[in-house]
Amino acid sequence: MRLGLSLLVPALAAVLIVVFRARPNLREGVSLAAAAVLFGVVLQLHGAVSDGARPELVLAEPFPGIPLVLEAEPLGVLFALVASFLWIVTTLYSIGYMRGHHEKNQTRFYVFFAYAIASVMGVAFAGNLFTLFVFYEILSLTTFPLVTHAGTEAAKRAGRVYLGILFSTSIVFQLLAIVWTYFAAGTLDFQAGGILDGRVAAGAVPVLLGLFVFGIGKAAVMPFHRWLPAAMVAPTPVSALLHAVAVVKAGVFAVLKVTVYVFGIDFLAGTGASVWLMWVAATTILLGSLVAFTKDNLKARLAYSTVSQLSYVVLGAMLATSWGVVGSGMHIAMHAFGKITLFFCAGAIMVAAHKTEVSQLNGLGRSMPVTFLAFLVGTASIVGLPPTGGSWSKWFLGMGALDAGQAGLVVVLMLSSLLSLAYLMEIPMKGFFGKRSGPPESPGIREAPLPSVAALVVTAAACLLLFVYPDPFYRLMTMVTGQ
Amino acid sequence: MRIVDHLPILQVVVPLVLAPLCALVRSRRLAWGLAAAGSVSSLVVSLRLLSAVMASGPISYAIGDWAPPFGIEYRIDVVNAWVLVVVSTIAAAVAFYARVSVQAEVGDRRIPLFYAAYLLCLSGLLGIAATGDVFNVFVFLEISSLSAYALISLGRDRRALTSAFRYLIMGSVGATFIVIGIGLLYATTGTLNMEDLSEILPQVWDARTVKVAYGFLAVGLCLKLALFPLHLWLPNAYAFAPSAVTAFMAATATKVAVYMLLRFFLTIFGAAFSFGVMGLDRLLLLLALTAIFSMSLVAIFQANVKRLLAYSSVAQIGYMILGLSFASVTGLTATLLHLFNHALMKGALFMALGCVVYRIGSVHIDAMAGLGRRMPLTMAAFVAGGLSLVGVPLTVGFVSKWYLILGALERGWWPVAVLVLITSVMALVYVWRVVEVAYFKPPPDDEPIAEAPASLLVPTWALVALNVYLGIDAGRTIGVAEQAARTLMGTAP
Repeated sequence: MRLGLSLLVPALAAVLIVVFRARPNLREGVSLAAAAVLFGVVLQLHGAVSDGARPELVLAEPFPGIPLVLEAEPLGVLFALVASFLWIVTTLYSIGYMRGHHEKNQTRFYVFFAYAIASVMGVAFAGNLFTLFVFYEILSLTTFPLVTHAGTEAAKRAGRVYLGILFSTSIVFQLLAIVWTYFAAGTLDFQAGGILDGRVAAGAVPVLLGLFVFGIGKAAVMPFHRWLPAAMVAPTPVSALLHAVAVVKAGVFAVLKVTVYVFGIDFLAGTGASVWLMWVAATTILLGSLVAFTKDNLKARLAYSTVSQLSYVVLGAMLATSWGVVGSGMHIAMHAFGKITLFFCAGAIMVAAHKTEVSQLNGLGRSMPVTFLAFLVGTASIVGLPPTGGSWSKWFLGMGALDAGQAGLVVVLMLSSLLSLAYLMEIPMKGFFGKRSGPPESPGIREAPLPSVAALVVTAAACLLLFVYPDPFYRLMTMVTGQ
Repeated sequence: MRIVDHLPILQVVVPLVLAPLCALVRSRRLAWGLAAAGSVSSLVVSLRLLSAVMASGPISYAIGDWAPPFGIEYRIDVVNAWVLVVVSTIAAAVAFYARVSVQAEVGDRRIPLFYAAYLLCLSGLLGIAATGDVFNVFVFLEISSLSAYALISLGRDRRALTSAFRYLIMGSVGATFIVIGIGLLYATTGTLNMEDLSEILPQVWDARTVKVAYGFLAVGLCLKLALFPLHLWLPNAYAFAPSAVTAFMAATATKVAVYMLLRFFLTIFGAAFSFGVMGLDRLLLLLALTAIFSMSLVAIFQANVKRLLAYSSVAQIGYMILGLSFASVTGLTATLLHLFNHALMKGALFMALGCVVYRIGSVHIDAMAGLGRRMPLTMAAFVAGGLSLVGVPLTVGFVSKWYLILGALERGWWPVAVLVLITSVMALVYVWRVVEVAYFKPPPDDEPIAEAPASLLVPTWALVALNVYLGIDAGRTIGVAEQAARTLMGTAP
């Protein structure tokens, strides 16, 4: 029942948004209310799952034996909690941003935003591989109009890259992997301990796992990461919620879910099938950071930082150890809060000061202190510095790597943290200490509209709070690994 | 005998009798009414036949009470009951669609004749599917083909005449090959009854005449179903025919030809002979893969959207033949599912294009710029049909693709599975070209263009709805297709 609501609330919100299209205040009110209700629903599900229940809801049965089914389990609840909470904050932020930026077609924006959230809930609560695939594809389709929102030639080109990569990887690799799994295991259900143990020849397991990891293009593992920087043409709230949280996390979430519930970490650790993918992920982590260095455009830099950070989650899954999985799941949450703060700040700077390049930010921090302080907090969380939540996930990932006997990967993690510290820190440093070049700034630059500033303060505060109180996410992840 | 027992013959005779009536009445409206009534009654009959066959096994109907094998027998089993449903579903949707569309595209005077030809074509296709007599197959094949040539030549563009003529030449060559094959079979076995043939043929497998007959039939049938490289008649015929005709032909004619192929090679000659002795599977595998890949590639570069979809049809026929070449129940299930599913998606797509023609008179890709805003319902139908064509989950296209890949994996043919998936992406590319133009390019002028009328949109969306509904609730169609596949492979319980 509540599972059904989690999809129904955003879907209904989309309808109401269309109904109230002529009255912007009511329209945004609907978005906010729906987001709050959805978070409430997910909280209730969290309660039920913590008590050991596993609510299930069969939507349809397209194929005999392969239903379209929703099921709440700890990992999905974690993802849904993060996504639904951040939907509230992002809606708040959007109100300031979209109006401040005078975007066109705002109704269409809010409608597809709501649909995208509905599909994210579908991904989070997918009860089998087929359902996961269905909502994964719907998510690609519902976010397409958001990415191409501007309707310009550049947006069209970006849209082509976006759908092109996401669809071709999911059709050619992921679908093949799913049919293969069904052919081998005779089922697509998610089960603790996996369904493939002993059903696939040892030599084929690395191939099948590779098909999944690359087939889930939303995880942006190189060389299939190009869609993510391309998607940055979208309005900033889209980049913030969808391309730092919902869409990309749907990708890494799917990777983690497949690792834990289709392969089973014991099976993977036993066969060593995931070792080559650890190094693929490690390469993405390092290369993503290096590319981020070269980007002067703020959103592009954040996008490559996301590419790099997503592979932390993939890496955690590929380690195939309990600590790795815990770190992986925690990083889904921690990175979400950190990165959304950074995107909110980037958008606030764009709306208030019309600056998009890092090199233009000199001295801007003195006009927009709140924004740049929030950026600093977000940076700390991404890098993994205390006192922010990001330090926990890095800690567990490091433990996982040692557990798996991959000391080399710990070095990669450290190195990448240093790199991200360097390329992110540059921004608040420039903001606060940089010399203003050229003529003195027009005195008009102030903080962005109030709703936007409020949103980024909330997420920055959450980053700090998660350092002292990471327990909800940690507890969910230990339920996943069964410790 | 009750009326219910006469369903097999009623299926064919009702449209056959209504056809000359259409030609006799001068009124356009009356002619349309007759055509619609004929199509709807076929749909009702075919659905009843399918449920009867599913419940209690094959139905044999002796025409004029002449007992088979001496008289002509109509024999309905799951396989052809399924095909009858496919044909009559599309026929019913097209009939309602045709009223406005044909009025706009075909000269007033010819409209009653159009409906006469339409009903003749329908009864021909239904006849091919229903009959249990090979010569009868040939007769109905000619009825459907001749009326199809006439229907295509009614297109507005004068190139419709040359494409119809080309189709006539190629079609007649195909029909000739088929009738020679049938003649050779008769010469060897002395019977024309399918069941009889299937019992006698195993005794004369080694006869060269039988193998030659097999060869003639293979070429003739592949021409009719437009298997690469015998597809050359198809793209122009589809591109220049009136919209309603394209939708009807694309969704039914080639499907019935595929059915003939299955019937001849699996029921009459038998799976053991086709796959074991003649090596049909290897030949078809090669041709199907070439068709799927090369025609998808060609489709990407078409500027006329109707022709684009026509090439896509040739590729999609490749999928059906690919399923057959797996020589397994799963593969055949995929073939039979795609038979129906492809009819649904191409029917919807060509109908949406017909709406475009109705309003702007062109299907050139540049002319469709900005249509996403001007004709939102039409273009939404096109997108939905296109997604089904690509094989996006929760559409029927996904269901057939699923079984096709499963069939390939069963045989251990990995490269084939990968190729099927890659060509799905190619389908995405050619569908997306149209979508991009319609939604992102500004319209060429400021003339207001209204949405297509409801009489065109309702049948179009009916097919779109079926695309989605049967994609979400595919259990029943899968069940029927699977049973039909077992029947064809001779492994039915």
